Amino acid sequence: MSPNFRIAFRFLTAKKRAMLMSLSCTVLGVGLFIVTQATTSGFEEFFVKTLLGTDGAMRIEDRIQDTLRSMEVAGSPDFQIRQREGVKYIEGVEEPQVIMDTVRSFANVRGVSAVLRGNVQVSSSFKTEDAQVFGIKLEDHRFVSELERKITTPEGLGKFQESAGSALVGRVLADRLQLTVNESIVINVRGESRRYVVAAIYETGVRDIDKTRIYIDLAEARSLLRKPTGATFLQISLHDPKRARQEAAHMEEVLRHSVRPWQEREKEWLSVFRALSVSSAITVTVFTLIASLAMFNTLAMIVLEKTKDIAILRSMGYERRDITRIFLWQAAIVLAIGAIVGGIFGAAVSWGVSLVPLPINTLFKTEHFIVALSPWHFVQAITTAVVMVMIASLVPARRAARLEPGDIVRGTAQ
Amino acid sequence: MSTSLHAVSAAPVGDFALRCSGLQRYLGQGDGRVHVLKGVSFEARRGQVYAIVGPSGCGKSTLLYLLGLLDQPDGGDIEINGQRMSNRDDFARTAARGAHIGFVFQFHFLMLEFTALENVMMPMRKLGRLTAPEMEARARMLLDAVGLGAKTHRLGTQLSGGEQQRVAVARALANQPSIILADEPTGNLDVKNSTLVFDLLTRLAKDNGQAVILVTHNPEIAQRCDVTRPMRDGLFV
Ligand SMILES: Nc1ncnc2c1ncn2[C@@H]1O[C@H](COP(=O)(O)OP(=O)(O)OP(=O)(O)O)[C@@H](O)[C@H]1O
Ligand SMILES: [Mg+2]
Repeated sequence: MSPNFRIAFRFLTAKKRAMLMSLSCTVLGVGLFIVTQATTSGFEEFFVKTLLGTDGAMRIEDRIQDTLRSMEVAGSPDFQIRQREGVKYIEGVEEPQVIMDTVRSFANVRGVSAVLRGNVQVSSSFKTEDAQVFGIKLEDHRFVSELERKITTPEGLGKFQESAGSALVGRVLADRLQLTVNESIVINVRGESRRYVVAAIYETGVRDIDKTRIYIDLAEARSLLRKPTGATFLQISLHDPKRARQEAAHMEEVLRHSVRPWQEREKEWLSVFRALSVSSAITVTVFTLIASLAMFNTLAMIVLEKTKDIAILRSMGYERRDITRIFLWQAAIVLAIGAIVGGIFGAAVSWGVSLVPLPINTLFKTEHFIVALSPWHFVQAITTAVVMVMIASLVPARRAARLEPGDIVRGTAQ
Repeated sequence: MSTSLHAVSAAPVGDFALRCSGLQRYLGQGDGRVHVLKGVSFEARRGQVYAIVGPSGCGKSTLLYLLGLLDQPDGGDIEINGQRMSNRDDFARTAARGAHIGFVFQFHFLMLEFTALENVMMPMRKLGRLTAPEMEARARMLLDAVGLGAKTHRLGTQLSGGEQQRVAVARALANQPSIILADEPTGNLDVKNSTLVFDLLTRLAKDNGQAVILVTHNPEIAQRCDVTRPMRDGLFV
């Protein structure tokens, strides 16, 4: 044990009350940092997971048609610059099979599924609602969404697989139409009506989806919507959804279709979460600021009370930097204990918060507060505390080191 | 290294351990500025015990702080073991304090959160010349020498003023400094203990060739020193 550490430890334990004060501030700072980070990122992660699970990592939508403009470079007729003037989009994917084959060759692609969408009216014996049919090929769509896991009725997807005349209806829509499995609905498009059997009811938790979408087989949708070829969009899932932007840019280049990654599609909501995490970062910064102020205060107090000891130490050959270290060690001891206890405290509170009932059913579905504890939060919390507390401690520590032993013993040190 | 009190010193008796000349010191600011030391010159040989005597407020402590390199003079020179120290930086002066000087303050002697033993070991830990068991053995031996062998594990707060003072004397001897500066080391002590401390200091001076400079108001003690320097109004008379 270094002599400086020994002295620091003894100084600290002699001032138990002040030390406990700054220790509890550090514990609170670290703990609340972890809790706020865990809750904010908990909701965000859950939201992202939900939307990736329903609408995939990206969508290929419209075909791009470049309009090019040629321009003669002054004086030289055989030297021209071709410049992209604007981009024109042609709605939909005209040749889905070709595009799908190409998309599958991308290493990061997990699955791709062609979707044909159309606006319809749906009626039960009870009432009529506006809705959208999504024509899908189940064996493709399985790889791009978690539809299978969102089925709430015990029969599962079996019936939907077997019969072309069956449909998957969202929970909210089913409730509105007072539907249960095996009952029939009538879908009406531009005057033509067809009857389908409800094969299963799904619930994604996203209200907008659950109240509008009816999934039917792609071939059936083609004939219902009278679109024998093409697709409204291709839904793609990725092994690493974080790379969606890069993949999208790459695919756009290769496929000459507009490719929208989920980050762009859900820009508004993601920016809400961004704002949320900034505001929680501010709260958290305030906590750590309080912790470091408490530390500053404690150390400044100990320095004041220990000036005579500083003079004694200096008279015995302890250098200025020893004095600085003695006080920094005190901060370090408080920090070390505070980080460990704060980490445990943060984890415990996060766990407690996750038990708080909080039914949400709009953007996603949950019954409880969502927390996502990650080691990264602990690293962030502790790093922030270390940096702030050490900076705050540096001031009194250096002040202590600057004291002249002669001034102290004469009582004129300030 | 021997843990004996009577280790052999490097330099022969008679050399100057400490010299100062023309020391000037002003204290206070503005109107309260006082010319405390008005050109003090002084030298101390190894193996000799010096007493600085004089009325209260004449500048004895101020001089001792300068000699102990705890304070900086406004004029004049200080030499420790032949090395000029008054113009050196804080680092060099601190190193010299640790290696060559043992200081006993007039008031507040100990670090109160530490035991007597730890207080005595404190300078040794910084110097780092001895192993931990050697340090402890030496500290015990020094505390024994000042009559506190039975109270080594008492905290500073659990010792009387006189006991604290004796621990401070033991601590000043910890690193076998060539110069011992003691500001009224027997001020709080009864006759028996002041004789004990004084005899210890003189014995060390003789056996180890250390220069001992002490401030005292006790005429008997002053009389038993090798040299007595009376001081008045910031000057030796
Ligand atoms: N900070 C200061 N400002 C102004 N004058 C001071 C200051 N500190 C001490 N003095 C003056 O310096 C003079 C010398 O003080 P010093 O402590 O050296 O006296 P001393 O000889 O040790 O006295 P004593 O025997 O009482 O300990 C005193 O007159 C004192 O009033
Ligand atoms: Mg004095």
